Amino acid sequence: MTAPLVVFFLLAALAVIGAVSLILQKHPIHSALSLIVVMIALAGLYLLLGAEFVAAVQIIVYGGAIMVLFVFVIMLLNAGVEEHTSISKMAGAPGLLLVVALAGLVAATIVRSSDSIETTLQTGEMSSTPGISNMIFKDFVYPFELTSFLILVAVLGATVLAQREKS
Amino acid sequence: MNSFLSTNAELILTLVKIVLLLFIVLTVNAYLTWFERKVVAHMQSRWGPHRVGPHGLLQPLADGVKFLFKEDPTPAGVDKFVYYLAPLLALALALTSLALIPFGPEPLPWKFFGQAIYLGIAPPDVNIGILALFAITAMGVYGVALAGWSSNSKYPLLGGLRSSAQMISYELALTMSVVGVLLMAGSFNLKKIIEAQAHHPEWGLFGWNVWPQILGFFCFFVAAVAETNRVPFDLPEAESELVAGFHTEYASFKFAMFFIAEYTSMITVSCLCSIMFFGGWLSPFPASWTFTHYLPSAILIPFGLWVIWDGIRYETIFGRIILPVVGTAFAGLGAVFILLPGVNEFIQGPFWLLSKILVFLFVYVWMRGTLPRFRYDQLMAFGWKLLLPLSIVNVIVTSFVILAKMQWWRAK
Repeated sequence: MTAPLVVFFLLAALAVIGAVSLILQKHPIHSALSLIVVMIALAGLYLLLGAEFVAAVQIIVYGGAIMVLFVFVIMLLNAGVEEHTSISKMAGAPGLLLVVALAGLVAATIVRSSDSIETTLQTGEMSSTPGISNMIFKDFVYPFELTSFLILVAVLGATVLAQREKS
Repeated sequence: MNSFLSTNAELILTLVKIVLLLFIVLTVNAYLTWFERKVVAHMQSRWGPHRVGPHGLLQPLADGVKFLFKEDPTPAGVDKFVYYLAPLLALALALTSLALIPFGPEPLPWKFFGQAIYLGIAPPDVNIGILALFAITAMGVYGVALAGWSSNSKYPLLGGLRSSAQMISYELALTMSVVGVLLMAGSFNLKKIIEAQAHHPEWGLFGWNVWPQILGFFCFFVAAVAETNRVPFDLPEAESELVAGFHTEYASFKFAMFFIAEYTSMITVSCLCSIMFFGGWLSPFPASWTFTHYLPSAILIPFGLWVIWDGIRYETIFGRIILPVVGTAFAGLGAVFILLPGVNEFIQGPFWLLSKILVFLFVYVWMRGTLPRFRYDQLMAFGWKLLLPLSIVNVIVTSFVILAKMQWWRAK
């Protein structure tokens, strides 16, 4: 096994363990911490693929900003340990089916794909910062601006909702 | 053995560098506490620590021993895992961020099994240097927030909440304020950011980013002080309101870990300020003034002689022995630089970078001795209503100036 492959399996295992722990943990803070582990493991995987910029942004935006807000809200509400409810059988059966279907889909995609870890390393254009900027600000500038507009609308909506109580 | 060394040269070199940097940083941290106490004391017409060792120089050692041997009780009802994780996280992230700082332009003249030995742990061509640094500091808030939450106590929880809110607010301004510098350098790479400030070697310090980016520097420095939870932004540990804030329930070495993390982030911020706005390892003098290359010796030798002179008159016998030895070491170092021109040329870069870092550390302490703490609403208003708009204006103005310059060049 080559070194990148070893690192890949380590990070992949970390991501999967974090995701499973996210669901199994009883306390919201522990779940949030597990999600942070998943984010960091994913950033490591991006780094392994040669996408440095995406990896750094993944940690800054997801690990540093969004998850801090999650943790902040959980702390602010002082949420306690979740109450354990017995799983509804109606929800269990379709859930299991969905899991099998999703796993099959992922497996089929992996089997069909001709890329292996070694060949997908260093993806070139998309990985470099100028490459990404060119794509965002030239090829996809309208979708990008529309998304920004959507976020602006969401911010305004949140502000209006927060102001309503005062008046 | 030799083949093992040569195949794993990079790994071994990095490990050795990590151990060395840890040793240096922890020592500097310890003496930073001494420096801070001395400077603040003199600003307040006191003597500061002066009982343990000559001029209190062994005080950090005594403090360290005290931290190690104090009782370390775990309060009842804490979330054990997170309670132990928080100080580790704070310290580990603070130390990791230093790994990305380049401390000198050139590698050492000899190689380690074909590997060039650069000053600094990461190779100097990390393309996303500054982004990676921000990624690490962005995670730093968890140490404080989780410490506050896991302590199962009111004051730490309030401190943790305050600190998360403060760090989220100021991180925006912090990130926006460096965009101007990045636009001017055209790279995230710390080495290229420094080299971009050396376009006019004859301008000396007037070529640095701080002049065109004075607004960006102001925003960056204020936001960075807030990110490190230092005075006047130390609300997470405001002792008049919150006892000791997020680390109220931490004792002994776990408290020391938060302490070391705070001082390490001070060093990181000073490094970043020097690199991005003050030319990093560039000399403030024009390149043709070669006589300024003797400045390190011109500072070290008189300083060493002064320490010797002070030492032989010191009141304790221990001081009369140890101070002249320290002084001789400083003066000897200065003499070595004069006698060996090659060494003198090599240390120019690190000398200027370290001097700038020292100046910023002094500014940190100076602010602590001068400024009162912000009120919470003032803190939020300052961050959102002043710093963020200012840094955005800075980005817009910088982009337009760069665009205009490019058009002008094209027209010519």
